[in-house]
Amino acid sequence: MLLIYIFQLKTYQTFAPAYHLILEGILILWIIRLLFSKTYKLQERSDLTEKEKEELIEEWQPEPLVPLVPKDHPSLNYDVVTGPPSHRIIVNGKECINFASFNFLGLLDSERVKLKALSSLKKYGVGTCGPRGFYGTFDVHLELEERLAKFMRTEEAIIYSYGFATIASAIPAYSKRGDIVFVDEAACFSIQKGLQASRSFVKYFKHNDMEDLERLLKEQEIEDQKNPRKARVIRRFIVVEGLYINAADICPLPELVKLKYKYKVRIFLEESMSFGVLGEYGRGVTEHFGVNIDDIDLISANMENALASIGGFCCGRSFVIDHQRLSGQGYCFSASLPPMLASAAIEALNIMEEDPGIFRVLQDKCKHMHKALQGTPGLKTVGEPLTPALHLLLENSTGSRTNDLKLLRAIVDYSLDRQIALTLARYLDKEERFLPPPSIRVVVTVEQTQEEMEKAAQCIREAAVKILK
Amino acid sequence: MCIQVVGRVLKLQIFHYFHIQIFTSYSSFPPQNHHASCTLLYKKPFVESFEETPLLVAVLTYIGYGILTIFGYLRDFLRDWKFEKCHLAREREEQKDFVPLYQDFENFYTRNLYMRIRDNWNRPICSIPGAKMDLVERVTPDYNWTFEHTGNVLKDVINMGSYNYLGFAENTGTCADAASECTVKYGVGVSSTRQEIGNLDKHEELEKLVARFLGVESSMAFGMGFATNSMNIPALTGKGCLILSDELNHASLVLGARLSGSTIRVFKHNNMQSLEKLLRDAIVHGQPRTHRPWKKILVLVEGIYSMEGSIVRLPEVIALKKKYKAYLYLDEAHSIGALGPRGRGVVDYFGLDPSDVDIMMGTFTKSFGAAGGYIGGKKELIDYLCLHSHSAVHATSMSPPITQQIITSMKCIMGEDGTTLGEFRILSENTTYFRRRLHEMGFIIYGNNDSPVVPLMLYMPAKIGAFGREMLKRNIGTVVVGFPATPIIESRARFCVSAAHTREMLDKALNAISEVGDLLQLKYSRKNRNGSEGTDCFSFLESHQD
Repeated sequence: MLLIYIFQLKTYQTFAPAYHLILEGILILWIIRLLFSKTYKLQERSDLTEKEKEELIEEWQPEPLVPLVPKDHPSLNYDVVTGPPSHRIIVNGKECINFASFNFLGLLDSERVKLKALSSLKKYGVGTCGPRGFYGTFDVHLELEERLAKFMRTEEAIIYSYGFATIASAIPAYSKRGDIVFVDEAACFSIQKGLQASRSFVKYFKHNDMEDLERLLKEQEIEDQKNPRKARVIRRFIVVEGLYINAADICPLPELVKLKYKYKVRIFLEESMSFGVLGEYGRGVTEHFGVNIDDIDLISANMENALASIGGFCCGRSFVIDHQRLSGQGYCFSASLPPMLASAAIEALNIMEEDPGIFRVLQDKCKHMHKALQGTPGLKTVGEPLTPALHLLLENSTGSRTNDLKLLRAIVDYSLDRQIALTLARYLDKEERFLPPPSIRVVVTVEQTQEEMEKAAQCIREAAVKILK
Repeated sequence: MCIQVVGRVLKLQIFHYFHIQIFTSYSSFPPQNHHASCTLLYKKPFVESFEETPLLVAVLTYIGYGILTIFGYLRDFLRDWKFEKCHLAREREEQKDFVPLYQDFENFYTRNLYMRIRDNWNRPICSIPGAKMDLVERVTPDYNWTFEHTGNVLKDVINMGSYNYLGFAENTGTCADAASECTVKYGVGVSSTRQEIGNLDKHEELEKLVARFLGVESSMAFGMGFATNSMNIPALTGKGCLILSDELNHASLVLGARLSGSTIRVFKHNNMQSLEKLLRDAIVHGQPRTHRPWKKILVLVEGIYSMEGSIVRLPEVIALKKKYKAYLYLDEAHSIGALGPRGRGVVDYFGLDPSDVDIMMGTFTKSFGAAGGYIGGKKELIDYLCLHSHSAVHATSMSPPITQQIITSMKCIMGEDGTTLGEFRILSENTTYFRRRLHEMGFIIYGNNDSPVVPLMLYMPAKIGAFGREMLKRNIGTVVVGFPATPIIESRARFCVSAAHTREMLDKALNAISEVGDLLQLKYSRKNRNGSEGTDCFSFLESHQD
């Protein structure tokens, strides 16, 4: 730039009047002055004296660390479970049949799983005392990853030590600031946290509404055509759940795959509720619809529902999964899964592989329960017939969320007194993006018999009639 | 573009290096502070050292990285033009016209520097992670791109890498028996959240015990230490609040602070003047642009910083917090159980009152041999977290045998089950002995003299890989760390001393370290070894130990 300026100066020399040169000279002197003048921080521009600062510091009063919680807040005292959370569960001192834990395949009570965990405890102790990178990788972790990859028929799998952290660490590993993510409105809280941590642009489409999604994708395409250079580096993702925990229905996966190839977007599928539930062999929603598993870029699930252990896993092609080993925060910076829990998960997988008939049994029971709960006066059933965890909402809301919750809690208490353990579906009122309406969660497991399910449905009907009249 | 970014990184690091020279120095008793009254806050000498990087070593390290970068470009070029076989996984054919999932430059470091020395990390073990462990032997036919397990086991490798400070990683004894019983009775999973039906009686027992252990009113336990930070800090602060976080805080604290949506300002590591300046500026000027007063100010510090081995200057932090009415969040992941005459952490080490710390957080992974985290504090705080913590509402509660392991080990530490534990004394003696011997040998070690985390400086990239491998040849398992966990020229080996290590094991490890140190020329320290202030300080400490 300087060279161009000097060149111009030379060409002007024959024509430039004196005032032009003087002006240039003044400009140069001004630049030199600016270069050498002291820089000042914008923050310290204030003219306060020390005494005034001391006064301000004296006067400042912070808010209390946490606002006071009223002693009679309904959620303050948790229901206490004495003993194991198995099929027959003791809640608040009453023995009940468990319709509330996500124990879909009944593996929480399995003796085989407990024995395997015990033998693992005798060999490895309890904790791993380190993250995966620093002597926290046990041979059982590697075995579990191989088994999961083989079961889901993908190239590779990676395990996390906490179910919530799985998808919440996976999304920020791939999607960074500037990338675009299309998410369903009913996405669960861990997906929302993952999106917040990733700092990407998030666009919500209406629940299970493929036309709304296509509209958003078309809009994005028009944006891209305006700025093709930028479009070539922005990554795009769609994040959906196989079986939504909040809405209890299944996502339309074949249409999503079509949209994927049409608009060149990658799909991340969260299968916590559908792993071990849907599909002929329990492989989830891809098996249910017959979609090729390589079409989905990343499948994430937690092992806390069907597998009745603790932790989570992601599976997919090595090209995608291997990246998380260095950039998944919940993987690199956290201690690894205790080996006894990993062994328990392996044994649970063994049971699932040996007896694929249980998935059919579970699906039949879900349909039965769904039918039994239809027509309850005052309550409506939300969820597909195949879902193992459905919601019961109030047909006519009182208008205030607190009152709705009180009514539903009364129904739950009534059922607890009659040996049916239910629970309210819990949400964070202020933090959720799209707060679902208050509901009771009813969970179906393979261990429940027909009589027990009929009894539960009867009990809920009675409660609804008595409390909601 | 890549060259520009690498150049920028190197420039930043040179600047950082010179900054360190001017700034940190050998700080000893009395602590150099502008508050004369601070000398009264410390009941015993607070000795930390971060010796300067020798100039020649720094220059050679930069040259080393420069050569590696050039070779990296060369290898990428060869791979692109198919002269060299490419081991990297590739995108599917059907998705070749999608936007690439990874930027080429993001993975430059991984492909060309990390891959070469990858065998030092993720070493699989097949026994308890105690003082000695069994490693699975692996070989690589293609320079660390893939590994194969030969089927052999390297037995009795001395473990200097696991966080097993009190030696609770064991498969026999009271803890293991209690955990076994609990597995048989309760099973392994819970399959529900705390607020729904996952709140077991064991969890309530654990929380009462933790509150008693820490000396606070009430506490709450969570299933994962990382998640304890990232899910509870957002519940405590929000928009309009200010978070003052130490420079070298752990990733979980940084993530929690970011997710909360508050303004974050960083103060220099363990530097009380920097913290005080930030506090004063914050209160006097208020929020940026609007100048409204801040709703709350939260100071995030850790008990022991695991990469530096330094201990937080807690008495001064508490004095500042009281003066400026801020709240203190103390993350004791490494220090709980490992510091203090009764093992109650940093607060016990300095002899302070636990109620001065507003939020005491810690993890059960390190000293208790289990998994999970906790938060302790006043009853109002815990009640609020019961309702609003993200973990209580959406994440599964802790597994029962893990809970039982924590209960048993905590009772052991508190001496309630009849056994008297001499573990703290052993740990403290091991720490002092180990640090003294390393210092005498002439290595540069960072950190506080009482911290069981001992970082030993390596600096040069080639020595990272060489150190790890040579130590494994001598049957010692060590942990080496480089960029990006540490600044680019300050790569180090990190030792974790444990109460389970016997004198013989430590001696064996020290001899091996000395041998490797001579082989790789790691003894950089230029402090005087004979009767100067360095040795005096240690003898002063030892004479004051009970």
